[in-house]
Amino acid sequence: MINKYETLETLHMIDNQHLDIRTITMGISLLDCADSDSAKSRQKIYDKICNKAENLVKTGETIEKELGIPIINKRISVTPISLVAGASEAKSYVPFAKTMDEAAKTVGVNFIGGFSALVHKGFTEADRILINSIPEALSTTDIVCSSVNVGNSKAGINMDAVKLMGEVIKKTEELTVSTDGFGNAKLVVFCNAVEDNPFMAGAFLGVGEPDCVINVGVSGPGVVKHALEKVRGCDFGVVSETIKKTAFKVTRMGQLVAMEASKRLGVPFGIVDLSLAPTPAVGDSVAYILEEMGLEKCGTHGTTAALALLNDAVKKGGVFASSYVGGLSGAFIPVSEDAGMIAAAQCGALSIDKLEAMTCVCSVGLDMIVVPGDTSASTISAIIADEAAIGMINNKTTAVRIIPAPGKKVGEIVEFGGLLGTGPVMPVNNYSSNDFIARGGRIPAPIHSLRN
Amino acid sequence: MKKAIITVIGKDKVGIIYGVTKILSENNVNVLDISQTILQGMFTMMMIVDIEKCDSNFEALSDILAKEGQEMGVEIRIQLESIFESMHRI
Repeated sequence: MINKYETLETLHMIDNQHLDIRTITMGISLLDCADSDSAKSRQKIYDKICNKAENLVKTGETIEKELGIPIINKRISVTPISLVAGASEAKSYVPFAKTMDEAAKTVGVNFIGGFSALVHKGFTEADRILINSIPEALSTTDIVCSSVNVGNSKAGINMDAVKLMGEVIKKTEELTVSTDGFGNAKLVVFCNAVEDNPFMAGAFLGVGEPDCVINVGVSGPGVVKHALEKVRGCDFGVVSETIKKTAFKVTRMGQLVAMEASKRLGVPFGIVDLSLAPTPAVGDSVAYILEEMGLEKCGTHGTTAALALLNDAVKKGGVFASSYVGGLSGAFIPVSEDAGMIAAAQCGALSIDKLEAMTCVCSVGLDMIVVPGDTSASTISAIIADEAAIGMINNKTTAVRIIPAPGKKVGEIVEFGGLLGTGPVMPVNNYSSNDFIARGGRIPAPIHSLRN
Repeated sequence: MKKAIITVIGKDKVGIIYGVTKILSENNVNVLDISQTILQGMFTMMMIVDIEKCDSNFEALSDILAKEGQEMGVEIRIQLESIFESMHRI
């Protein structure tokens, strides 16, 4: 029987250490919503989302109440829209984004992801239409998220897509000037995108997924930080063990919530994403975990090693706690969403170059990084290319969610509000990458892609 | 049997157990186990209850208990046992 101390430990994690379920994300396939008439296709999309996700928010709230653990977000991911809208005559997919926005608002979720295209080896006509629709789609909708996969370890990197995405990000910045370029906070450029990611802004439902599925993302940087406070000065074996045990407990919550949600909604359980996802709240920071390991400031020498240990131990602890693990699974390092990262960037300890190194050993990539408004499209493309190269060579997912802030200079601050936090404008390298990006074509797949 | 765990944390005073068990009795909730202690100066009580035959739904019971807690100046929570089981038992 559960004893008092175990009960109090759980309550303490929830009350004081920000333990929560970050998201229940329902994946909905829209492949059966394709139609040669775009109006009909959009109606099918609206109806299917509203039908499948009708009870998602209510069920999430009931589970939250019964288990007494906060479930912060309820979200929807859908099939990449380029695959659905491509059957239609439409020459712009902005109306599809608006339909997603309306449907998501009708069912009451926080975000809907999947205004996406997969172009790692080349574009279809529909992919081009979708990518060209992104700036307007993000500036005229509220909760639609977009992502584009520009490379993978099997296909190499589509450098035409990389070039195009730099331009799309600049265009999105122009269209969302009034909100400091907020549109780009809803846009992710991936290499090795995964099909079952529950986290935004990069969530979409891949074509190998079922018609409807529940994926859950856990969180808990505060819990890990607190656990490490008790082993100050101990060696790295102890640090790793402590993180593993904590990650196990955190992930068990995710597994439980995923199973409950799946059962109550009558939808199959997909995966639990073992992630340490920070929030701007004090005490809910991945950077503070790294500092707890003995670094004066996140970003100093040793940060990459500390993050490698953290990321690996989280996976080892979490994988045993869940029957199916997937998504991105690892520590997230979104700058604007993490109080410790914000502080480190502001004092100059953390640079984009160091963040790039950190992305070699952790989940995902350059995330929620604000750069000066005068950063050129080709420089942004080059940042994307670097990140994609890391993903391609290391067989891991990498992503870029970069936000050029219109009119802002290094050192200024951009407020996004809510979970997206506060972004200090970080310096980029001012030497040009223009001729490199202008080449276009594909970077061939690496030699280790030939495994057959 | 459907087990839930009720926790009461706050400043000790006369009548806390009475206040909680009165509500449980009115809602046909059976108490299986009670333990209480003073931890770091705070009254801490844990109760394992069976809510299978509970007359009101879980959310309503949770709200009634939380309200009673506010009146007594303590925090009362009810959670399904599964959250603790899954975290602390393999």
